[in-house]
Amino acid sequence: MSLQTQDYLARSGTNALTPPPRARDAQLKVAKLIDVSICIGCKACQVACAEWNDLREEVGFNVGKYENPLNLSSETWTVMRFNEIEENGKLQWLIRKDGCMHCSDPGCLKACPSPGAIVKHANGIVDFISENCIGCGYCVTGCPFDVPRISSHDKRAYKCTLCVDRVSVGQEPACVKTCPTSAIRFGTKEDMKHVAEERIAELQSRGFANAGLYDPEGVGGTHVMYVLHHADRPELYNGLPKDPKINPLIGFWKGIFKPLAAVGFAVTFAAAALHYLAVGPIDPEEHDEEEKS
Amino acid sequence: MSKHLVRRHSYVARVGHWLTVFSFFVVTLSGLAFFFPSLRWLTAIFGTPQLAQLLHPIFGIIMILGLCILFVKNVAHAILDKDDVPWFTNVIEILKGREHEVVEVGQYNAGQKMLFWTIIGLGAVLIVTGIIAWQPYFAPLFPVSVVRLCLVLHSLSAIALMLGIIVHAYMAFWYKGTIRGMIRGTVTRKWAALHHPRWLREIEKGEDAHSSRLSS
Amino acid sequence: MTNHWVDIKNANLIVVMGGNAAEAHPVGFRWAIDAKINNKAKILVVDPRFTRSAAVADEHVRLRPGTDITFLNGVLNYLISNDKYQQEYVREYTNASFLVRDDFDFNDGLFSGWDESKKQYDKSSWNYQFDEDGYARRDPTLMHPRCVWNLLKKHVSRYTPEMVEQICGTPQADFLKACEMFAETAAPDKTMTSLYALGWTEHTVGAQNIRTMAIIQLILGNIGMPGGGINALRGHSNVQGLTDIGVMATALPGYLGLPNERHVDLQTYLNMSTPKMTGRGQVNYWGNYPKFFISLLKSFYGDKATPENEFGYHWLPKFQQMVDAMRFIEMTENGEINGFLVQGYNVVACMPNKHKSIRALSKLKFLVVIDPVASETANFWQNHDEFNDVKPEEIQTEVFNLPSSLFAEEDGSITNSGRWVQWHWEGAPPPGEGKTDSAIIAEIMMKIRELYEKEGGRLPEQILNMAWDYSKKKHPSSEEIIKEVNGKALADLYDGNGTLILKKGQQVSSFAQLRADGSTACGCWIYAGCWTEAGNQMARRDTADPSGLGNMPGWAWAWPVNRRILYNRASMDRNGKPWDPKRQLLHWDGAKWTGYDVPDFTAAPPGSEVNPFIMQQEGVGRLFALDKMAEGPFSEHYEPMESPIGTNPLHPNVVTSPTVRLFQRDAAELGNTEKFPYVGTTYRLTEHFHTLTKASELNAMTQPEAFAEISETLAAKLAIKSGDMIKVTSARGFVKVKAVVTKRVKQLMVNGQPTEVVGLPIHWGFKGATRKGFLTNVLTPSIGDSNTQTPEFKAFLVNVERVS
Repeated sequence: MSLQTQDYLARSGTNALTPPPRARDAQLKVAKLIDVSICIGCKACQVACAEWNDLREEVGFNVGKYENPLNLSSETWTVMRFNEIEENGKLQWLIRKDGCMHCSDPGCLKACPSPGAIVKHANGIVDFISENCIGCGYCVTGCPFDVPRISSHDKRAYKCTLCVDRVSVGQEPACVKTCPTSAIRFGTKEDMKHVAEERIAELQSRGFANAGLYDPEGVGGTHVMYVLHHADRPELYNGLPKDPKINPLIGFWKGIFKPLAAVGFAVTFAAAALHYLAVGPIDPEEHDEEEKS
Repeated sequence: MSKHLVRRHSYVARVGHWLTVFSFFVVTLSGLAFFFPSLRWLTAIFGTPQLAQLLHPIFGIIMILGLCILFVKNVAHAILDKDDVPWFTNVIEILKGREHEVVEVGQYNAGQKMLFWTIIGLGAVLIVTGIIAWQPYFAPLFPVSVVRLCLVLHSLSAIALMLGIIVHAYMAFWYKGTIRGMIRGTVTRKWAALHHPRWLREIEKGEDAHSSRLSS
Repeated sequence: MTNHWVDIKNANLIVVMGGNAAEAHPVGFRWAIDAKINNKAKILVVDPRFTRSAAVADEHVRLRPGTDITFLNGVLNYLISNDKYQQEYVREYTNASFLVRDDFDFNDGLFSGWDESKKQYDKSSWNYQFDEDGYARRDPTLMHPRCVWNLLKKHVSRYTPEMVEQICGTPQADFLKACEMFAETAAPDKTMTSLYALGWTEHTVGAQNIRTMAIIQLILGNIGMPGGGINALRGHSNVQGLTDIGVMATALPGYLGLPNERHVDLQTYLNMSTPKMTGRGQVNYWGNYPKFFISLLKSFYGDKATPENEFGYHWLPKFQQMVDAMRFIEMTENGEINGFLVQGYNVVACMPNKHKSIRALSKLKFLVVIDPVASETANFWQNHDEFNDVKPEEIQTEVFNLPSSLFAEEDGSITNSGRWVQWHWEGAPPPGEGKTDSAIIAEIMMKIRELYEKEGGRLPEQILNMAWDYSKKKHPSSEEIIKEVNGKALADLYDGNGTLILKKGQQVSSFAQLRADGSTACGCWIYAGCWTEAGNQMARRDTADPSGLGNMPGWAWAWPVNRRILYNRASMDRNGKPWDPKRQLLHWDGAKWTGYDVPDFTAAPPGSEVNPFIMQQEGVGRLFALDKMAEGPFSEHYEPMESPIGTNPLHPNVVTSPTVRLFQRDAAELGNTEKFPYVGTTYRLTEHFHTLTKASELNAMTQPEAFAEISETLAAKLAIKSGDMIKVTSARGFVKVKAVVTKRVKQLMVNGQPTEVVGLPIHWGFKGATRKGFLTNVLTPSIGDSNTQTPEFKAFLVNVERVS
C-alpha cells in the first residue's frame, strides 16, 4: 500500500507546492473498453462487481423497467441502463453499462477538499481512498457523469475503483473477467483504442456510419471508453453527455476563488492592523481627558 | 442604573451573541479547512476531519439559532433611516476616528446596521445552501447542478461573512469599552455619549421620566 | 446440438428463433458475437418480442407466439420456389429422392390414416415404397411425383408470404427479408446455425417446430457443416446429461426405449427395437441395438444377469401407458398415487396450471423433496395469502425436505448442450445437513433393499439383484458411477482376427467394443469412452485448436466417441471434397478418414454408396419423417389450443393439433378470446435461473420483482403506465405483477385483427430472497406436445386489467 502511494499522479486536496511523489517513471495507462454494440445487458458485470467488492444492495422493486438496482449507489458501483430508441420504424434497445469513467482530468478529484481522499494512479485509475474521505459530497458535484454516491450508512463516497486491487496485481477488473460476450475489455489505453478502431470499422461496414469511440476530450479523455453505434449522439445512451466538462463553477470554486479569498483575508487583516496603527484606539476614558485638557 | 453605566445588551442578547460567536468559530475553522485543503489541520477543532464534516452543519444550525436571537433582539434598531445619511457622507472622517464629531449616532450607526443586514442575509444564504448540500441527508434530494451551485454560494457567503465578522470584531476592538458591553451588558455613559449620544439621550430621557414618576 | 458451442463462431448466419440465446445462454452467446466480429456473420432473431438477442442482432422479425411452423414452412416455400437450396446435398444426402407410398396423403389439415374415433393416426402409409429386396425406391432426378421432394414442395406451397402474414402477423417485407438471409446460406460455402431452446419445445407442436428447421437446414446443406447444424441450447446446465442418461418416463440410458407390454420377452423387444436397413449398402448403426441393450442389462444387474434369465430383462418394468410428468400429476390428482419423490424439481412452479399441481400434491400421503433451496414444492401447503391461497389445515400430505448439494459442491460431470461431458470438482462441501443427490438416493435405495430383504414383496429381484458395487454403499462416488456408465469388459475381449482388445475388467474405450453376449457392461452406450483405461477423458483441459474451427479435441470429451460435429461426413461431397475448403474437417488418407474430428462414418472410401447419416436405416437426412412424429411426416401449422383467432386459415376444419396431449379435466380449463383476448407467453430472463436463483440475494438484487411486458398500444387502451400493478388472468387463475410498458412488444395484425402479446417472465414465487410474488404458471394451460409431452408454456390466452 505504501509503495502504491508512489504511483499517485494526482491527489485531492494537495497543494501544488507539495505534489505527490514523482520519482517513479510513468506507467502505461490502462483502459476499460465497453463495446455497447455487443453488450447483451445480462448484468453479469453488476453481479461480478457486487461479488468481488462484497457489495449487497437492498432487494428493490420493479418500477416498470429492466434496470435494477435502479441507480448507482454506495452499494452499486455499476448498473446497466436500458433505452428503447425507435427511429425510421427500426427499434433499437441500447444497453449501456454505467459507472465511473476514470477521467484523465477527474472532476471529483478536483472538487474533493480532503487531502488524499481521491487519487489518480499513474495508470489512470481514479480511486477513492476511503479512510481519507469525509463524506462532504463535493466529488458528486465535481463529476460530469453523476457517478459518486455518498453512503447513508457510513457517510463516505463510493464508486467503481476499476478494481484497482485486481489491476495492481496484474488482473483485469471483475466485470471484464465475467463479461460473457467480451463486450468489456481491458488493457493499455493504446491497445484498447486499437481494438475500438477495429470494432468501429466493423460497425461502419454494417451500416452504422456514425459508429465511434467515446473518449471525451473535455475531461482529458477517459480510462473507461465506449464503442457506440451512434457516437454522434451519445445522449441516446441514457443521457451520456456529448461533451462532458468539469463544470465552470467547480473551476471557479477550486481555482481562482481560493487565492481571491486568501487575498481578501490578508487585505482585511492588514487594513485593520494598519488602521489601528494609524488611528489608534478610541477609548472614551482617554477621549474624555483629551477633551478636558 | 448607576451614574457611570447604562445597560446596552440584555442577558438574552448576550447569550445569543456569544452562542453565535462560539458556533461561528468552530464552523468557520472547519469550513476553512474544507475550503483550503491545506488547512485540513483546522478540522482538529472537531477531533477528526470526518467529525468536522459531521458537526459542521450542526454547529452551523446552532449559529443560525444564535443569529435568530440577535435578529429578533435587534431588527427594530437596524432599520436604516434618514438620520443615517450623514454617516455615509462622512465615512472617511469616521474611519479617522472622528465619528463623534461628524455624526450623532443613535442605538446603532449605519455601518453596524449594514453589517447586521449583511450577516443576516449571509446567514440565510448559508443555512439554505448548507441544508441543500448536506450529505448524505438532503443533497441526494436535489439535482447535482443545484447542489453544486449551493456549495459555491455557500463558500462565497461564508468567506464574505468571515470578512464581515473580522470587520465587526475589529471595530469592537477599536472602540474600547465595546466588548465589555457584550460581556457584562453595560457600557459606560462616557462610551455611550461618545459613540451613541442620541441613544444615550433617549435612555436618559427615560431615566428622567422614571425618576420624576418616582418623585411625584 | 448437432454441433457445439464454439462452432457457432463459424456460422455466416445465426438464426435465433424459438429461443433467446443472449438472454438465456449469455455465456455461450459469446460465440455468436465471435462470429459477428470475426466471421462477419449476421444474426437474425425471429421472436414475438424484441429480446436481448435482438438487441445485438442485425434483423429482428416478429411473429405471433405459436406460429413458428407457418413461418418456417413459408421459408421452405421461398427457398424451394426460388431454387435457393444446395441441390447436390439434397439429392445425395436427404431422402428427397425417395418415393413415398401412394396412399400417403394430406388433406384439409389431416394426414392419411386418421382415425377419428380413436383420435390417432394409423401411420402405415407414412412410409417409402420398397423394392423386392426391402430397400426404398428412389428417383435421383427428383422428377417422380411421389418422391419426397415433390411432396414437400406441394405441402409447403400453401405457405405463401400472404399466408405467413395472415397467421404469424409478420409483415411480408420483414418475412421476405428473413427469407433472403436464409437463402444466402444455400451456397455450399455459407452456413447457417439454428439456435433454439424452449421457445420451440414448449408448444403443443414443439417437436415439429424443430423438425421444420431441420428440414430447412438439410436443404440448405447445413447439417454436418462447421458453423451449421440444428442446435438445441439446453436450459439447465446438465439437462443434456439428463436426457442422455434417460431420466424420462419411457426411456433407458443412451436413447434406448423402456420395454412396454408388447415386448413380452427379450427377443421380441430386441426385434421390435432394432431397425432394419432400408438402403442398399448402408450402415444402419442402430442395428447394433442388442449390443447396447444387453451391456446395459449387465450394468444394471451384474453377475445376476445371465443368458438363462434373458440378462434380467424381466426385472425391467414394462409400461402400459406413458407416465410422463403431466400424466403423473393427472394421476396424482385422481388419487391414484400415494407418494412422490421430487429430485431437483420445483413441480409447483414448473408444471403448468399451478392450481392443478397444488390440488394433486394435496392428495398425496407423502412427498419427498430433494432440493438445495427451500422451494415452493416443499412448501406448497403453506398459506401465503394471494400468492399461495391454500388451507394448510386441509392438507394432510407429509412432506420430507432433504437438502441436497449444488453442482459446485460435488465432483462430477456436466454435459453441455454441445454434448461435451466436462468434469468438475467440488469447490466446497454442501452446507449444513446437505448431501449430494447420489448419497441421498443411495441411502434411500439401501433402506428399500433392506426392507425387501426382510419383508419380501412383489418382484423383489428388481431391487435385490441390482448391481451395487460401490465402495461406500450409501455414498457412491461420482468416479465410480461414471466409470460404470462408461462400461467395462467382463471377460477378455478379442476382435475378429483373434487379437486381444481388452482384458477382463478393463474400461471400454468405445461402444464399438460392446457385445451382445454379456461379456461387456455399459451403463450408457453413448458415454462409452468417457473414462477409459487412459483415465478420465472428461477432465482433459487442452485448449489446442489445430483446425482453427474451434473443435478443441483435447478439451474434455464429447459423446459419441469424442466427436464434435455430428454427421460430419456430410460436410464433403460423395467423393470426399469438402463443400467449403475453409471448413474441411476430414480427409481420406488412402486407408481411412482422418482429420480434426472423429469421422461420423465407416471406413468406406470416397465415392462409395454409403450415405453420411449412418444412424438412419437408409443413411440420409429425412425431409419426410416416416412414422417418427405423432402429427405427421411433414410439419403443419396447428393453432395453439387457446388461439386468439379461433380458426386455422389453412384448414378451418382442423384448427388445433389433432394429436395434442390433453386430459379431459384440463380441456375444461381452456379459455377463449371472449374473456381472454390477449396472447400470453412465458419466458426466462438473464438475471435468474428458473426458480432456483430467487433464493440468491445477488440475483434477487438484479431482478427483484415479478412483471409483465405489454405494448404501448395495450397500455394506452387499458390506461396502464409502466410500474403500475396489473392483474393478468387466464382460465386457470390470475397473477398480479408490475407492468413494463415497452416498445419491444408490439401489436400484431393477425388474420385481419389486432392481436396483443403479454410477456410473462417466470422467476418469482412465494419463497426466496426476491419480492414475494405469484408463480407465473398459475396461468399456463395443462397441455402437452404430441411427441414429447412438453407443456405448452408459450402461447395461451389471458386478460389484463389495471389494479387500482
